Amino acid sequence: MASGVKPRVKVPKSASAGEVITLKTLITHPMESGQRKDGDGNRIPRSIINRFTAEFNGEMVIDVTLEPAISTNPYLEFEATVPAAGEFKFTWYDDDGDVYEDTKAIKVS
Amino acid sequence: MNKTKWVAMASVAALATALSVPAFADPDEDTLIINGEIEIVTETAAPAHMENIDTIYSGWRFRADETQALEMDDFENPGMIAVENALEDWAMVDGTEGKSCASCHEDAETSMKGVRAVYPKWNETAGEVRTIEMQVNDCRTTRMGAEKWKWNSNDMVDMTALISSVSRGMPMNVAIDGPAADTWAKGKEIYYTRFGQLELSCANCHENNYGMMIRADHLSQGQINGFPAYRLKNAKLNSIHNRFKGCIRDTRAETFSEGSPEFIALELYVASRGNGLSVEGPSIRN
Amino acid sequence: MQLTRRETLAFGLGAATVALLPFQVNAAADDAIAAFTGGADMADTGVTLTAPEIAENGNTVPISVDAPGAVSIMVLATGNPTPGVATFNFGPLAGAHTASTRIRLAGTQDVIAIAKLADGSFAKASSTVKVTIGGCGG
Repeated sequence: MASGVKPRVKVPKSASAGEVITLKTLITHPMESGQRKDGDGNRIPRSIINRFTAEFNGEMVIDVTLEPAISTNPYLEFEATVPAAGEFKFTWYDDDGDVYEDTKAIKVS
Repeated sequence: MNKTKWVAMASVAALATALSVPAFADPDEDTLIINGEIEIVTETAAPAHMENIDTIYSGWRFRADETQALEMDDFENPGMIAVENALEDWAMVDGTEGKSCASCHEDAETSMKGVRAVYPKWNETAGEVRTIEMQVNDCRTTRMGAEKWKWNSNDMVDMTALISSVSRGMPMNVAIDGPAADTWAKGKEIYYTRFGQLELSCANCHENNYGMMIRADHLSQGQINGFPAYRLKNAKLNSIHNRFKGCIRDTRAETFSEGSPEFIALELYVASRGNGLSVEGPSIRN
Repeated sequence: MQLTRRETLAFGLGAATVALLPFQVNAAADDAIAAFTGGADMADTGVTLTAPEIAENGNTVPISVDAPGAVSIMVLATGNPTPGVATFNFGPLAGAHTASTRIRLAGTQDVIAIAKLADGSFAKASSTVKVTIGGCGG
């Protein structure tokens, strides 16, 4: 596991059925672009989060391909429709094979 | 006007016709309320000891709109992640005495409230002016039996972010008289001393030319009420002394180190130049 | 020396112009576009790209894209060493076909957003972002 990689998500606690809500996500990750060189002049290899998905009750909300041009600590903000109560699942995929997950439940009034 | 200035003016004319540009001359007029709750004072009358400035502004006022927006919400502010990390450290037992910060200080939000606003401050028992980093290490070594944290280590910077965050909105109020007076005077002298091959003092930029552009950076007054600061430039939290180091290094001088008596004195003086502005850290800066 | 506000502004802009990194363009961007669109035409309305005119720091530039009815939106930075930035693919529960993120720009360049719409057509938007060299960064 890459150290210090921590996902955080901001999801409203409740919504009305069918409402469109804004979700904000951030994961602490250096997003090593592969462009930098170390003290000896050797290229530091690329190591980034390359994919992010958000699902709600198993259905896809958004699937993002990330490239090295995404800043350190990738921040993603997007919208989701909430048809009924349930759970959001957020997944981040790292170049090194690690997968990070977070879930958030939401009530529907 | 010499040729260079004419060229600059001419390219400006061309640019100005092509796009509308925000006024960069003065700090902007925006107000800062974090999370819709914490009101941050970013402009106030300069403290009495300042001779050449009437109004002091937080560095936030000199930043572009997009940068300012990042600080207005704790979720969008990547510096707040440090606060979460520090809360974990706060509760974690470390050292030979089997204590954590929480063992003595209990809840950080209550016990640390107001601390950032009065540091650096004179410590009677130790007979010296202390910064927050020094006080944290003193607690760790003498009370917890734990190892010191390095000044710019993640652990230490995260902890200063935590201690700062619980005082946000409170006015900076460091003491410059009494036993701290000598240190303060020394810091003031350093502030007005020219350093390096470029022979620049802090005052040259931050007192005489704040609001102007240095190349493409909008110069602030060099206030530190917002520290530790998450800098877009290196996408991480930076301590006050780290920032001082960078500035002096950029005058092409052999810079002082973090924790040096010079920087402790300078920190006290610079903090006092911001007395009245709200504690803002962890802030977002360029 | 007292500068008037106009002179300060002019001088500052002049300095900023001079301090701008040279405009950068990259041929690989065209390849990426061709791969995404299959060579189809791109309408110039249908996708909005919001990016600052002048990036305070090229390391972290907030952008957002919006294309009602889009299936996916691809963002390219034509002047970066590699042009790819991100591709947003919207699923059935996407509330709006919009997304925001923060990107790195190596220099002044055009940032491009291309949306693939539900009917198979494409739309393109472009924004020039000036990326500046800072002053005394410390």
